[in-house]
Amino acid sequence: MSTAAAHDDHHHHAPTGLKRWLFSTNHKDIGTLYLWFSFAMFLAGGLLAMVIRTELLEPGMQFVDPEFFNQMTTVHGLAMVFGAVMPGFVGLANWMIPLMIGAPDMALPRMNNWSFWILPFAFLILLSSVFMSAFGAGNPAAPNFGWTFYAPLSTEYGPASTDLFILSVHMMGISSIMGAINVIVTVFNLRAPGMTLMKMPLFVWTWLITAFLLIAVMPVLAGAVTMMLTDRHFGTSFFNAAGGGDPVLFQHVFWFFGHPEVYIMILPAFGIISAIIPTFARKPLFGYASMVYATASIALLSFVVWAHHMFTVGMPLAGTLFFMYMTMLISVPTGVKVFNWVATMWRGSMTFELPMKWAIAFVILFTCGGLSGLMLAITPVDFQYHDTYFVVAHFHYVLVSGAVFSMFAAAYYWLPKWSGVMPNKLLGELHFWSSLISVNLLFFPMHFVGLAGMPRRYADYALQFADYNFWISIGGFWFGLSQLLFLAVCVLCAMKKGEKAPARSWEGAEGLEWEVPSPAPFHTYDTPPVVK
Amino acid sequence: MATEKYYVPESSPWPLAASVGLFLTAVGGANFIQQATDPDTFQGSWGMPLFFVGLATLLFIIAIWWRDTIKESVGGLHSNQLGISYRQGMLWFIFSEVMFFGAFFGALFYTRWLIVPWLGGAGSNAMTHELLWPSFQSMWPLVRTPDGTTTQAMGAWGLPAINTAILLTSSITLTIAHHALLEGKRGRLIAFQGITVLLGIFFLGLQVEEYIHAYTEMGLRLDAGIYGSLFFMLTGFHGAHVTIGTLFLFVTLLRVIKGHFNEENNFAWEAGAWYWHFVDVVWLFLFVVVYWL
Ligand code: HEM
Ligand SMILES: [Cu+2]
Repeated sequence: MSTAAAHDDHHHHAPTGLKRWLFSTNHKDIGTLYLWFSFAMFLAGGLLAMVIRTELLEPGMQFVDPEFFNQMTTVHGLAMVFGAVMPGFVGLANWMIPLMIGAPDMALPRMNNWSFWILPFAFLILLSSVFMSAFGAGNPAAPNFGWTFYAPLSTEYGPASTDLFILSVHMMGISSIMGAINVIVTVFNLRAPGMTLMKMPLFVWTWLITAFLLIAVMPVLAGAVTMMLTDRHFGTSFFNAAGGGDPVLFQHVFWFFGHPEVYIMILPAFGIISAIIPTFARKPLFGYASMVYATASIALLSFVVWAHHMFTVGMPLAGTLFFMYMTMLISVPTGVKVFNWVATMWRGSMTFELPMKWAIAFVILFTCGGLSGLMLAITPVDFQYHDTYFVVAHFHYVLVSGAVFSMFAAAYYWLPKWSGVMPNKLLGELHFWSSLISVNLLFFPMHFVGLAGMPRRYADYALQFADYNFWISIGGFWFGLSQLLFLAVCVLCAMKKGEKAPARSWEGAEGLEWEVPSPAPFHTYDTPPVVK
Repeated sequence: MATEKYYVPESSPWPLAASVGLFLTAVGGANFIQQATDPDTFQGSWGMPLFFVGLATLLFIIAIWWRDTIKESVGGLHSNQLGISYRQGMLWFIFSEVMFFGAFFGALFYTRWLIVPWLGGAGSNAMTHELLWPSFQSMWPLVRTPDGTTTQAMGAWGLPAINTAILLTSSITLTIAHHALLEGKRGRLIAFQGITVLLGIFFLGLQVEEYIHAYTEMGLRLDAGIYGSLFFMLTGFHGAHVTIGTLFLFVTLLRVIKGHFNEENNFAWEAGAWYWHFVDVVWLFLFVVVYWL
């Protein structure tokens, strides 16, 4: 086939069969691919977490050896961060941004498809090492140094598969950077006439800023893994003090990427919640402009807080204080957002459909995670909490009951637009309540065992932590199984089984995406809509 | 703008094919490196061929992908708006490259201002110094590492200064070519772009010369401690970018000769020029902080 032969008229009919998905240049199809991929990684990463929780069900060593346990924590984190959360949000961006700003597609559709198709191959590399390890092909064992792959664990002591891991991180980076460029260019160049920047839905704003963060920090991650590779094989001394380098340098480079990365995983969630709460409170979002500025300041501040992950490495006092105060400062714009969501609900005509339930759960539980973050930001306190389960509790509250919940909210909210049918109510309610209860059973007790001193990333623990850990594991299995309900909801929608959805699927919903039919036709906005 | 239709291409097999190429390159590359640098642990030698097959696939696919795009452009399918998308995309790509170099420059500053002095006992690190390497002396360039590897520092005023002059000149010749393009003066455009490409090649030749000198006479090597690591990684990545930039300019030169560009439709040409200026700026920065200070 030759694109050169295409005529000016691109009103060709939708391609069918396998070709439609493999060779796609359609933002909706590519969005769907991203979303299914993300869900698959969510289940795969979840499976690894189940292994972790099985081993930790009781004290002592029961099921796996410590080496394999380390591989589980490592690949669980990597699969969730790079495979589930990031691609999930990119999928939502693909589907929704062109619809929300009245664009015919993403700005660079072929590059868009390339961004996606790199991912399955990158994860094939990463996950295959787990299978080889699980089925006894010992060498190469899977990466075992934690998702933060600190040197020298990942350099001098890394298993053979580390080099494959490095190249798969490079591939994920290429994919993310191209995806982010596409988002920025689409937003800057393809908005319908009249869609001024300050009229854009907040989801578009938060993604625009996320994309900027991605382009700024993914190359730094690429630099970090490149230094690892040359330290491992070409005798450089970046992370080796004997040659004049420093293992702590790795942590600086990694967290310069890593902290903005956590905002990459939460800013789009802020955008989703800012779309859903006004719909079901039937009131415009409180403080739209302040939301935009808060998002931008969070993004800028996120470049100067990275060393709050490194309070215990022995930085000079001035540096420690700087990073402590900056970290506390970042919770101010975060607080502005929470305030605005609550103010939007205040005296609204609220109803509690499924997306709204998830959104409210997000606001409450994310705030819990933000508060434990504030505790961790206090340096002397962090000396005690660092590398304990308290940190694990903190980031799971912001990432699972934050980022992941926001994606559930988004899915229930926009599934009618994607599939043309309303998501199954009964299964949806079960999924929500079951997840809500189990997620707290799973992560809340982690605060207590963490405060009491249980270190993270160990396959065994002292006896006094046994009761809590038992219940944590029960919560874990329960949460994991609950997600099968969501699988059922999605499959039913994909099979078009359910109540037919009108164009404006929710009574109070505003925005361009609700002006087009449900399901959204293959091509939308060939000619731009008029925005008042 | 509102009346013009945006060009959305038909479905295309190249993205998927390029992903396969990238996959083979990655798997081959990792094994190639392992088998080449540590043959005792990693037996076999299939990494290298796989790597080159992957790389060839990747480059070939990208070439035909771009050939399609060029055909569309020459065929007049691209709207002005698409041209803007391409331009913005290129600028953001260059920004990502800036951040990539930023990681290595950051490592340089951190090493030079903090790690090395600390290893020498500065600040509150007297005991670190005393206990780890008491005879180590803090200095920059670090020509004697804590474990005793010695090397020599690369001076700024020999080849590197000449190379700076070459790149600065190439920036000027490229700008003259750019003006010629915008004024439709083909002869001058071809001449000055040709000179720019030659200057790029000349730069690379001198860089190779410098590397040979460093390895054979100065003991300055990639594995000669952190100074050598930073020196070769920074100048090496820069050199790789000069290579890509030279190829880029060479390809657009061929396209100029074929008559692909005019005063309005010249995205690829300008992208190449931006890239070249970016590589130039990186060099200036590098010259100051790696060679000179
Ligand atoms: C109010 C805002 C926040 C503050 C003040 C904060 C503060 C902190 C601090 C100080 C740590 C380091 C703890 C330690 O290792 O000792 C930490 C860890 C972490 N935070 Fe946050 N945080 C905030 C929000 C978030 C958000 C929104 C996310 C992600 C969506 C996030 C994700 C993480 C992760 C993943 C880690 C652990 C990384 C690791 O060591 O594996 N945080 N946070
Ligand atoms: Cu952080």
